[in-house]
Amino acid sequence: MYLKVNGEEESVNELTLAAYLEARGLLGRRIAVEHNGEIVPKSAYESTTLHEGDVLEIVHAIGGG
Amino acid sequence: MTALTVGSYVLKSRLLVGTGKYKDLDETGRAIEASGADVVTMAVRRTNLGQNPNEPNLLDVISPDQYTLLPNTAGCHTADDAVRTCRLARELLDGHNLVKLEVISKSRTLYPDVVETLSAARTLVEEGFEVMVYTSDDPLIAIELERIGCVAVMPLGAPIGSGLGLQNPYNIREILDQLTVPVIVDAGVGTASDATVAMELGCEGVLMNTAIAEAKDPVKMAQAMRLAIESGRLAYEAGRMPRKRYADASSPETGLIE
Repeated sequence: MYLKVNGEEESVNELTLAAYLEARGLLGRRIAVEHNGEIVPKSAYESTTLHEGDVLEIVHAIGGG
Repeated sequence: MTALTVGSYVLKSRLLVGTGKYKDLDETGRAIEASGADVVTMAVRRTNLGQNPNEPNLLDVISPDQYTLLPNTAGCHTADDAVRTCRLARELLDGHNLVKLEVISKSRTLYPDVVETLSAARTLVEEGFEVMVYTSDDPLIAIELERIGCVAVMPLGAPIGSGLGLQNPYNIREILDQLTVPVIVDAGVGTASDATVAMELGCEGVLMNTAIAEAKDPVKMAQAMRLAIESGRLAYEAGRMPRKRYADASSPETGLIE
């Protein structure tokens, strides 16, 4: 299925958010995820299932003023 | 020197620093340490999915256990984007609710968009955030931001990154007179004396980034700023002597030899 991740179309095989993040080495990193406009708490990564056309925003902290 | 209380946070240092524009994370860490700051700002950005996930992260250098992190909404031009960014930041920092709200106009002045800022502030306060808000030096807007429930109001001293120093001390003074929440000058400081001037006016603190990061020696400038902030605050608390028009001899004018 295709998802929109951080503004880019991406072909994805994983069925849950946890599996998606795991496959990209992001699980356990200091990130935050928005799924279709809603914040996903870390505790809900496992139970968040991914569907065609879903929109993910994955962010982290960088330097800023 | 008295401590600074912002919302539910008691801070030892009245210098708040940013983490942008440094050469690398090592320099960032050393400058922040030299500044003695408790509050350290950070930005929230999309993770580059192609990057090496083991690449050092800002939070590895600026540990949330050691510093009070202040996520900003820099880059947001609307209230909606700013609110979304704050929600993401709260999740990123495990429920930490202190944020720096800034909604910046798309102009060369990077002047705050106060209409969007007021709207975002209302939503964020309603959602339980402790909002430190970057704004213009307009006293009426500052009063409204306090009324909405922001925990600190942070007027600019001069445009972001300009290093011009306080351009309108009269307005800053007026804001100080009108507000009871801490007033922290955010942006515009260029060198140590600029920071001292803000503190001598009675500001509760100064937030800066570029003045340290773009100094030739950022670590040394961080130390200078730490001392400047302390000096300015101590002078404010000590209460300066009145200005006089004419000279007033320091040595007694009686008992002179003849």
